[in-house]
Amino acid sequence: MTESATSKLLNGDICHRTSNGKKASKNGFVKDHSLFEQPQKYRRPRDKNQNVPHNSSLYKKPFVESFEETPLWVAVLTYMGYGILTIFGYLRDFLRHWNIEKCHVARERDEQKDFVPLYQDFENFYTRNLYMRIRDNWNRPICSVPGAKVDLVERVTHDYNWTFEHTGKVVKDVINMGSYNYLGFAENTGACADAALEVTKMYGAGVGSTRCEMGNLDIHEEMEQLVARFLGVESAMAFGMGFATNSMNIPALMGKGCLILSDELNHTSLVLGARLSGSTIRVFKHNNMQSLEKLLRDAIVHGQPRTHRPWKKILIVVEGIYSMEGSIVRLPEVIALKKRYKAYLYLDEAHSIGALGPNGRGVVDYFGLDSKDVDIMMGTFTKSFGAAGGYIGGKKELIDYLRRHSHSAMYATSMSPPVAQQIITSMKIIMGEDGTTLGADRLRQLSQNTTYFRRRLHEMGFIIYGNDDSPVVPLMLYMPAKIGAFGREMLKRNIGTVVVGFPATPIIESRARFCVSAAHTREMLDTALEAISEVGDLLQLKYSRREQPLPSLGWMSEESLLQD
Amino acid sequence: MATGQQWVLVEMVQAFYEAPAYHLILEGILILWIIRLLFSKTYKLHETYKLTEKEKEDLIEEWQPEALVPPVSKDYPTLNYDVVTGPPSHKITINGKDCINFASFNFLGLLDNERVKQKALASLKKYGVGTCGPRGFYGTFDVHLELESRLSKFMKTEEAIIYSYGFATIASAIPAYSKRGDIIFVDEAACFAIQKGLQASRSLIKYFKHNDMEDLERLLKEQELEDLKNPRKARVTRKFIVVEGLYINTADICPLPELVKLKYKYKVRIFLEESMSFGVLGDHGRGVTEHFGVNIDDIDLISANMENALASIGGFCCGRSFVIDHQRLSGQGYCFSASLPPMLAAAAIEALNIMEEDPDVFRVLREKCKHVYNTLQGTPGLKLVGVPVAPALHLELERSSGSRESDMKQLRSIVDYCMERHVALTLARYLEKEERFLPPPSIRVVVTIEQTEEDIQKAVACIREAASALLIS
Repeated sequence: MTESATSKLLNGDICHRTSNGKKASKNGFVKDHSLFEQPQKYRRPRDKNQNVPHNSSLYKKPFVESFEETPLWVAVLTYMGYGILTIFGYLRDFLRHWNIEKCHVARERDEQKDFVPLYQDFENFYTRNLYMRIRDNWNRPICSVPGAKVDLVERVTHDYNWTFEHTGKVVKDVINMGSYNYLGFAENTGACADAALEVTKMYGAGVGSTRCEMGNLDIHEEMEQLVARFLGVESAMAFGMGFATNSMNIPALMGKGCLILSDELNHTSLVLGARLSGSTIRVFKHNNMQSLEKLLRDAIVHGQPRTHRPWKKILIVVEGIYSMEGSIVRLPEVIALKKRYKAYLYLDEAHSIGALGPNGRGVVDYFGLDSKDVDIMMGTFTKSFGAAGGYIGGKKELIDYLRRHSHSAMYATSMSPPVAQQIITSMKIIMGEDGTTLGADRLRQLSQNTTYFRRRLHEMGFIIYGNDDSPVVPLMLYMPAKIGAFGREMLKRNIGTVVVGFPATPIIESRARFCVSAAHTREMLDTALEAISEVGDLLQLKYSRREQPLPSLGWMSEESLLQD
Repeated sequence: MATGQQWVLVEMVQAFYEAPAYHLILEGILILWIIRLLFSKTYKLHETYKLTEKEKEDLIEEWQPEALVPPVSKDYPTLNYDVVTGPPSHKITINGKDCINFASFNFLGLLDNERVKQKALASLKKYGVGTCGPRGFYGTFDVHLELESRLSKFMKTEEAIIYSYGFATIASAIPAYSKRGDIIFVDEAACFAIQKGLQASRSLIKYFKHNDMEDLERLLKEQELEDLKNPRKARVTRKFIVVEGLYINTADICPLPELVKLKYKYKVRIFLEESMSFGVLGDHGRGVTEHFGVNIDDIDLISANMENALASIGGFCCGRSFVIDHQRLSGQGYCFSASLPPMLAAAAIEALNIMEEDPDVFRVLREKCKHVYNTLQGTPGLKLVGVPVAPALHLELERSSGSRESDMKQLRSIVDYCMERHVALTLARYLEKEERFLPPPSIRVVVTIEQTEEDIQKAVACIREAASALLIS
């Protein structure tokens, strides 16, 4: 892969989307003792094109992650787009206020008109005037298995997305590039479904009690032992909801006087969990090890603010694959830092478990590391396993502690038995314990599909974010109008995609996101790619400028960037 | 005067000429020194305290964190969960022992209902197990929409929204509306999910005594006075009352009609958590609003889980569209979590069907509850807590030994005694350090419509025997 002028590889140093508000780190932090020194200001050009992270000794294979910079004119146009939308929003609100335009928003009851408004009007400005225009791209109801192809319930709107009507027709066989079905276990036939059927017949759907009281079924215990074995940890515990696994267990582990170092792009559930714990939270730049190390050093050296007592404990919270960026955590470096500074590590593998690594065991497996180096291995069953819920794995003491102190174990109904069975069966298939190579085939298929899909999109000239091995593929759209247009044009071509904009992404970095699955065949991917290319031409999305290599200029631009 | 001054000046100039050179130089230096002192920066304290790299290294070397988790003794009571083999329905096998279930919240016995199972199976055959996505991204199934419309119809509200986890329902709903600076009045006995929702909202929390309307009114009046002082702030401060319909911790009912009166008097919104009362109270199982005959539109938001009476998984909120729709973008547990597995939604729909077809189940359940309540009265050494219509009662020690641990042990011995005799009970579990107001230790007694007269007699007899053998001695 060649690198061109304006693109910068995320080589562990400068590569945060450098313009657009997110500045590259340039804090002039030079320390003799730091594990990962700041990059030298002037590197030889030779180094730049090698795609080697500067702690390459820690990596066994190339770690290629790119975040091509937003072209300036695109950024300007995007801001202009939002500006126009806002102006028209105010205009429409003005018309609505004087009843010139009919207002569709649900109203407060007359009896409660004199109450303090339930939510701020401004919050709704965005919903009313921006989101509502393109609302048809989200919450599309489906009526089949969320597999490689999916049937959508056709819906129409007669009032510009304020209400939807179902026509009663079904849009058949839409290629599903949206679901997190990495290993293709979203199936209604086959071993998993059969096993889940049997369990439903025997146990029923619900449980009616918590793990601590009367809801600890034998099937839960079996699943947890299997999960522990799969992860290569001493013990594991499962919870009924992935979101709650984070938000209800971090508070059990951390408290006042503890410090949580959290990646800036961590999932809401992690942020909520950290907030509920009452610990101090500090945020480091996305996947930026210098930023993390600086925070670690400062934290230990300066202690708690005001009291200056040393921190009780420090927890680094990272995700395996970041679902909006498609980037993979720099785990070898994080582990080195964690060991050096005696911090604990919480790894959320919601998207990476099953989807990465030769054995499907997530980022730890992908980097060939030891799962014992990660203190808290967290993940969800929703994605690769086609089930629901989440787990935490780790040392036996940790899990024993959680069994008594997890909010979830104590107060929330335990996991539905058929869901537990789906996890057991799919996990056994991945591990090859069913006596077939089906699991290995799926893993290989996923990795091939990922490489192929990403390579083709690159070739077409789209700006693609993230790691080359990540099955989460964000394609940059930038402009707000293109969000809606892309989603609709793709659906016209019978391809279901996810489009995201503000507030899930930075305001100018709206994107489409594809999730590659092992269930996708090469033909499906080709069909999808063809459509993407077509829509890309139509909407002029092929922003990438990597095809014009200008090595000398490229070197200059990076240099100037470091100095500014 | 003027001539005198002139004279002095002339003398000074003369003295200047006459002074020796060394004197002038010395004075010049002194003046410069003073000027320097005047203009030099003040002494920099922090600079001298700045740590050198070496010192920093030493500090880093020296720092020892606490253990990630404190060590646990192996025999800690809740460490080893009871293991249920097979379905946790009316007949339950705990640690290899066949028992009658008086512990699962399976009030309507729908957990192993054949019709519910068939619907779940049919859904499984059509959709598989998982949804592989949040509601926004191809995780909305037609079954979810059906369940939402069925729930809103059942509750006679405009709209309903479903969550994939019962606990997350109210815990997400509260912070969706109540933000920093808002005020929430909440009952002291509120369950843990509510407490977490309050914490996530970062609002100002005011606790009132359990079911004490005078105390609540006192707080509301205080707030009213406060508002008069600062009317500008009051115009943007939202106020909420959060209560449970039937309290899980105390098994009694909130005085809803009084609450509604206070709501209009002080312009406070009411959020009602009905996990225990939904599918239990009222002639059609609509919960505490139906029980009191309160207009459901007077309640701003009702939340309940589908894990008790409906015997599925997940939870829902219902109310007017104006209120509920806001959660579709602001409810964190809704937006950022995978949606409910369709088979569980299908099971909930069928459970609703059964509830609608035969509202007699609620009467039967009520009769049973009253019966159990009456027969458990006067158990030696134990105090029955709750109201007669509550399906989940608490048995507390009449005389606490003063130590929670030994109380728990005593109660545990009663539970074990009953378990030996094939009656499954459980202790109510709490996170002792996390609860805002920790309820006293208790045994939970759950009534379901599947329990026969015989079962109830047996269970009550067991509890009495155990109590008189273990407590009165």
